[in-house]
Amino acid sequence: MTDTTRQLAADAPPGRGSGGATGRGPRLDLTRLRDLSLVPVILVLCVIGFIVSPAFLTTDNLVGVVQQSTELSLLVLAEALILISGRMDLSLESTIGVAPVIAMWLVLPAHGGRFNGLGLLPGWTSVPVCLLVGVAIGAVNGFLILKLRVNGFIATLGMLTMLRGLQVGISQGQSIVTVPASFSYLGAAAWLGVPAAVWICLVLFALGGCALAWLRHGRALYAIGGNPEAARAAGIRVDRVTWAILCLGSGLAAFAGVLYTGHYGSVSATQGNGWIFQVFAAAVIGGISLNGGRGTLFGALTGVLTLQLVVNVMTLGGVPPLWNQFLNGAIIIVALVISRFASGEKQE
Amino acid sequence: MDAPAAVHAQGIVKRFGPTLALDGVRLTVRPGESHALVGRNGAGKSTLVSVLTGLHRPDAGTVTFHGEPAPAPGDRAAWQAEVACVYQKSMVVPDLTVAENLFLNRFDQHRSLVRWGRLRSRARELLAEYGVEVDPQRRAKDLTVEQRQFVEIARALSFGARLIILDEPTAQLDASGIQRLFTRLRELQRQGVAFLFISHHLQEVYDLCTTVTVYRDARHVLTAPVADVAKRELVAAMTGDSPAERASRHAAGAAVPGAAETVLRAERLCLDGQFDPIDLTVRRGEVLGVAGATASGNTALGETLAGLRKPTAGRITVRGRTVRPGSVPHALDAGIGYVPEDRQRQGLVLNRSVAENATLTVADQLGPWGTVLPSRTRAFAQRVITSLDIKTSGPDQPVNALSGGNQQKVVIARALAREPHCLVAIRPTAGVDVKSKEALLGVVRGVAQEGRAAVIVSDELDDLRVCDRVLALFHGRVVAEFDRGWTDQALVAAMEGVTEQRRHAASEGGGQ
Repeated sequence: MTDTTRQLAADAPPGRGSGGATGRGPRLDLTRLRDLSLVPVILVLCVIGFIVSPAFLTTDNLVGVVQQSTELSLLVLAEALILISGRMDLSLESTIGVAPVIAMWLVLPAHGGRFNGLGLLPGWTSVPVCLLVGVAIGAVNGFLILKLRVNGFIATLGMLTMLRGLQVGISQGQSIVTVPASFSYLGAAAWLGVPAAVWICLVLFALGGCALAWLRHGRALYAIGGNPEAARAAGIRVDRVTWAILCLGSGLAAFAGVLYTGHYGSVSATQGNGWIFQVFAAAVIGGISLNGGRGTLFGALTGVLTLQLVVNVMTLGGVPPLWNQFLNGAIIIVALVISRFASGEKQE
Repeated sequence: MDAPAAVHAQGIVKRFGPTLALDGVRLTVRPGESHALVGRNGAGKSTLVSVLTGLHRPDAGTVTFHGEPAPAPGDRAAWQAEVACVYQKSMVVPDLTVAENLFLNRFDQHRSLVRWGRLRSRARELLAEYGVEVDPQRRAKDLTVEQRQFVEIARALSFGARLIILDEPTAQLDASGIQRLFTRLRELQRQGVAFLFISHHLQEVYDLCTTVTVYRDARHVLTAPVADVAKRELVAAMTGDSPAERASRHAAGAAVPGAAETVLRAERLCLDGQFDPIDLTVRRGEVLGVAGATASGNTALGETLAGLRKPTAGRITVRGRTVRPGSVPHALDAGIGYVPEDRQRQGLVLNRSVAENATLTVADQLGPWGTVLPSRTRAFAQRVITSLDIKTSGPDQPVNALSGGNQQKVVIARALAREPHCLVAIRPTAGVDVKSKEALLGVVRGVAQEGRAAVIVSDELDDLRVCDRVLALFHGRVVAEFDRGWTDQALVAAMEGVTEQRRHAASEGGGQ
């Protein structure tokens, strides 16, 4: 009965809407500040790092931290886009491994190496093929979630396991050490003294941030994540946009696979294994809402950097590596609790 | 009259913030009586039910059951032993069996283990006692609406309650189901069970009940034996009498020439299970009302026009161009602006800003090459805020900080942003205060005055009063059409399914 709507309207604190000039300044600042909330944390970590070890503030160390962040940050970028549009994709951590393996499988010659591929395609196609595989995985996820309407969490969890198995099956559980030069270039090269991967990451984050801020379809992601029914009623093609963003996300994960492979010179059998936990942690610490419709890519990026800096400072501080996993988890939980109270919002 | 009343409520006052939901109302239901409570939306029926079932504590007034004061608030078990409400919405756990639902949380007093055999036999006994033919081992979700209601009634009775409140129990039943329900209710009445029957369908009140109470605008208007009240009087009591004041509003709109160009036309439009084939046309400068109670299909019709639902058959055209069915983007492009029914659920992205919400439909017009320029967004929003007088601290304020009326203005602003040929608004003034209501309806009226057209889908008489023509829907069919000059009684009667008033005003008003 409609009496309830009346009650709801009546329950709202009086005078909120008519508040005129009240709150304008503080409210605006608060929304901006939330994106920057991790910046002081990063600065504090840098100070601690400097105190703990003089090696911290060296170019080599900092570049190393940033480069190690690149692959993870691309996954976070992908997951952030998907989370903002109100979905989640767990299979990203398998995509980062399986896409390069399938590309190698199609490209590497059938004889001679430790790993024998099919040799179907010339070597220069390896990067585009890898990206296409990623997009295809996203398309399958989209089909499962949007067409068959199965639960996205379980569907992508299944994809995670299945794709990991596919990678093990194709690569025989071994690392692929001979990769085409074009495939390893981006991950290994340095431009202007900084790894190319870092530049690429920054550019992709900037592009993504701009798209979310100024592109029609970028804005639509917030609307879809915030209230899909309202988005549909406003004429946004919700399913189409969501599908596109799932494909884009998996494509980014595949690209992260390219960078990772170049960085370490081989496709590791365990590439990306167990990363999805860190991906989600970085996104949530960075202010991306798991319910969709809220968060910025800048926040996500600071989330990644925070996690990586913590690990780096601990390593330099001489914390035994065996304790890393424990501390990593503990720090994520502490960061979550802090960010929950800093933002004043429940994270459900 | 000698036995104490099953329930007696006196001088009940309930406020929600500034809204007075109940203003000193009373109600008495005697044992074995079937008592109807009628009133239009907002009359206070739901609030009274909440008070009688102990969900809300009244600000003033007393409730007694069988002469005893009502249990303490929060003592659910004591309340359950007095009164139960069977809501429209199912209150059973769908995946549990009937037996489990009957004895939920009271499987056995002294043991922690569930003894299934005993539970089933107790359930069977209970159902047999009240003549409910349902297998206790079936899952609740497999029951028909009718069976589910019987189970809920049996559950209520097993708590010892001798007063059952039925909230629109017939809304989802077909004619034979209603008959079976009524037969069962009459049997229970003979056993001394009292019913408080809340319905929008006045005919059912006459079929089942012995006494009727009417509330209007949170006040008690009338209590009388059903036999002594003619339908016309009942409708008059529900709507109130101030025809002079009502008529003046109609004069506001200029007469629509019959020859004006048709803007929106629906031909044989139908949606299975919601409404039968309907033809309608809306001309330039006209506001068409589509009236109907909750389950009449009028909301579904509005959503179909807006492209939110795909019709089973039929065609929608805007200025002669056929609109692709079931596609909101195409409806938007064809020039249909849409104000959804529930602004919180379908209208707004609550955590985003006023500017973003207002420009959701025009994102493609705010910059070149698919970009959305913040400056243009803000400028657009600022224009809207000024023109619709939206009370907000600025375009960047999150829309959930606005009051209901101002939120609704944002939704309307968005619908008007693409300068639609025809605006389709579903219950555009639901839950907004009186002043916003007038402003909102003024905006809709203004659309028509600019030479465009509008459709208002609503059951609120105030909404329908700004319309040039009103179609009344009942059970998915157009049962009456009114030109300007209809009386509240006639329209309400048509919406409540009292069909003798058919084409009442149309014949009086001399046709089109």
